[in-house]
Amino acid sequence: MKIKNILITFVSAIAILFSTSVVSFAKVVGDKIVLGAAVSLTGKYSSNGVHTQNGYNMAVERINSMGGVKVGGKTYKFDIIYYDDESNPKRAAQLAERLISQDGVEFMLGPYSSGLTKAMAPVTEKYGVPMVEANGASRSLFTKGYKYLFAVLAPANLYLDVAIRTAVELNGGKGVKIAQAFEQDAFSQDVRLGILDAAKDTGSEIVIDDKLPKELNDMAATLAKVKAVKPDVLVVSGHTKGALTAIRQIAEMKVDVPMLAMTHCDAAKLSKQHGKNSQYALCASQWHKTLTYKDKWFKDGMTYDADFTKMFGYAPPYQAAESSAALLVFKDAFERANSFDQKKVRDALAATDMQTFYGNIKFAPGGQNVSKPMVLFQVICDSSGKCENKVVAPLKWASAKLIHPIPKWSER
Amino acid sequence: MDLLIFQAPILMVQASMDGILLGILFALIAYGMALQWGVMNIINIAQGDLVILGGYIAYFMYLYGIHPAWGVIVSPIIMYFVGIGIYKLVINKVVDRDLFISILATFGISILFMQLMNFAFGADVVLANSGYGTTMLFDSSVVLPNSKIFAAIISIIFAIGLVIYMKKSKLGRAIRATAQNARAAKILGVDTEKVYAATFGINAALCGVAGALISITFTIHPYMGLPYTIRSFMIVIVAGLGNLPGVAISGMGLGVFEEFADYILGTEFRIGSVFLLLVLILVYRRFKLSKKREYLK
Repeated sequence: MKIKNILITFVSAIAILFSTSVVSFAKVVGDKIVLGAAVSLTGKYSSNGVHTQNGYNMAVERINSMGGVKVGGKTYKFDIIYYDDESNPKRAAQLAERLISQDGVEFMLGPYSSGLTKAMAPVTEKYGVPMVEANGASRSLFTKGYKYLFAVLAPANLYLDVAIRTAVELNGGKGVKIAQAFEQDAFSQDVRLGILDAAKDTGSEIVIDDKLPKELNDMAATLAKVKAVKPDVLVVSGHTKGALTAIRQIAEMKVDVPMLAMTHCDAAKLSKQHGKNSQYALCASQWHKTLTYKDKWFKDGMTYDADFTKMFGYAPPYQAAESSAALLVFKDAFERANSFDQKKVRDALAATDMQTFYGNIKFAPGGQNVSKPMVLFQVICDSSGKCENKVVAPLKWASAKLIHPIPKWSER
Repeated sequence: MDLLIFQAPILMVQASMDGILLGILFALIAYGMALQWGVMNIINIAQGDLVILGGYIAYFMYLYGIHPAWGVIVSPIIMYFVGIGIYKLVINKVVDRDLFISILATFGISILFMQLMNFAFGADVVLANSGYGTTMLFDSSVVLPNSKIFAAIISIIFAIGLVIYMKKSKLGRAIRATAQNARAAKILGVDTEKVYAATFGINAALCGVAGALISITFTIHPYMGLPYTIRSFMIVIVAGLGNLPGVAISGMGLGVFEEFADYILGTEFRIGSVFLLLVLILVYRRFKLSKKREYLK
C-alpha cells in the first residue's frame, strides 16, 4: 500500500511539473510567436480541417523562411500549437479555453467551419485574445459585436449574391425567377438570406424556396417542381452532399435551367466525381488560383497553387488558401503594432488594409472582410471530357466567358 | 402550403413513382431489421452504418474500374462475414439480455463504425456513377432515373429470394422456429447460436445490397448512416413485427407519403410529417389494443 501511495505521489508530481513546463513554453518565447489553433483532424470535417492545417503550415514555413516577423527591431518566427477538436463544437470551446489558460497562448487562429468558430469566439472574446479565422463565414459571427474576431473571408450571405446579379444583368436588368433549395444549417441559411436580399434589390421573384432537411440526400421533389415551374436561376446550397446530389439528380432527371449556381463545388470535386454532367454549373468560391492578386510571400495564386501542390501533393482548395492568408494578416498586424500587447495587436488588426495573393483584406467593425468579393467559376469541359473550373464573374477577373443559358439536355 | 401539385396533376404521378422507388429501397433495409428484431429481439442501431459500409464496397469497386452494379453481388458476400464477425465479437454477449443493453451495444458499434470508416475512407462525400440513363414517361413530363428503377428491381429480387429461402431451406426453417420460440427450438435440436449468427449475417448482407444501391443512386459518407437506421426502424414499427409483406407496403407507403408532404407542405416538413404519421399510428394502435383488452374482460 505504502509503495503504491509513494508511486502515485511521484507520478502526479511529475505530471504537475510537466504541465507547468508547458505553460512556460507558450506565448512569445525567445524568438518564437506561438499561436494556438484547434482544427478538425478527425470527425466529419476532417478533410477540410486538414486543408486548414496545411494552409496554416505552408504560411508559417514561408514567413519564417523569408525572414520572419519583425517587432521592436527583433526578428521572431511563427509557431503553432495544434489540437484536434474532433469536429465537435463543445470540444472546440474546451480547447480554446485550454490553449489560453493552460498553454498561455495569446493569439489564436480559427478552426474549420462556422459552427466551430461560433463555439470558440465567446472564449477568445472573454480572454481578449485576438483570433484571426479563415473558415467561418456565417453572418451571425459578425453581428454579435465581437471585438477580437477577424475573418479573412467574405461572409456567407455574399456567396451567391454575384450569381443573382449576373443573371439579372444578362436579363437586361429585369428581375428573374429564382428557385432555391437550401439545407437547414446556419451557413446555408445565411446564403439564403443573401439571395433574399439580392432578389429584393433586383426586383426578382422567388418561385421555389425549399429548405432541405440535413439528413436528406434526395432532391427529386425539388427538381420536379423546378421542371414544372421553369425558373431562370436554380440556386442550391447544402455543403458537399448538396452539390453532389444536385448534379447527379439534375443530370438524371434532365432538368433544364438557364443558370445553376451552387456552393461547395471545390470540396465536392464536382468535375472529378461527375465528369461532363457537372458542366456549366456555377460555383461560388472564396478564391481561385487564376485571380491576379499579388503579395510578396506567395507572389500570386498560380505560384501558391504550384508551391502548395509541391509541398502537400494535391492542389489547394480555397480553404487552404484562406488559411494561409490568416497568417499573413497576423504578421502584418504584429509589425504595425510593433508590440505583443494584445490590445495593440487587436487595434492593428482592426486597421488592416492589405493585399494578399488570396485577395484584399480590410475588416468591417463586425470583423468580416469587406474588400474581397466572391468569385464565380463555371465548370467547362472540352470535347475529350476533361473539365476545368474557369472564373466567369465578376467580370474584372473573368478568365473565360460565362456560358449562358445552359444548353438543354436534349441538345448536349 | 403549396398547391403546385394540384395545378399540375402529372406531378402526382411523379411524386408517387419517386416515393415508391425510394420506399422499396428503404423497405429492403427495414426487412433486415425486422428479421433480426423478430428472431433475436435486437434493435440494431448500427443498421445504417452497415448500409454505408456496403456502399463503400461498391464505391471502391467503381474506383478500380469495375461497374458498381456488381457491388450488389460482392458487397453482400463481404458484409455477410462482417455481420458474422460482429455477432461473434459483441452481439452473442447481449442477445439474451434486455432490449436496452442491445441498443447500447449496437449504438457503440455504430459509433465505432462511423469513426473507423472516417479513418479509413476519409470524410469526403462520394458516389459511384452507374451511367444508366433516364426513363421518360408521359411525353417526358415524368422522369425516372434508371438507377433508381434498377435499385428497386434488385431490392425486390433480394426480398423475394429471402422469403423463398426462409420458407424452403433448412436454415430458413430453423430461423423461423427460433423466432417463434427459441427455447422450444433449442430443445428440439436447433443450434440457436448458429441461427443467431446466420440471422445477423443475413441482415448485414441485406444492408450490403442496399448500400451498393445507395452508392449508385444517392451519396455516401461515413456519418450518413443514422437516417437509414431511423427510417428502417419506422418502417418496422408501422408494419408491426414479423409482418414481412407489411414491411414492403409500409416502406412504399411512407415513401409516397413523404413525397406528397414535400409537395404540399414544403420540403422542410418532409421528415417531420413522417414522424407525425408515426405518432398517429402508434396512438391508433394503442387505442385499438385498449379496446381489445376491454373485450377480453
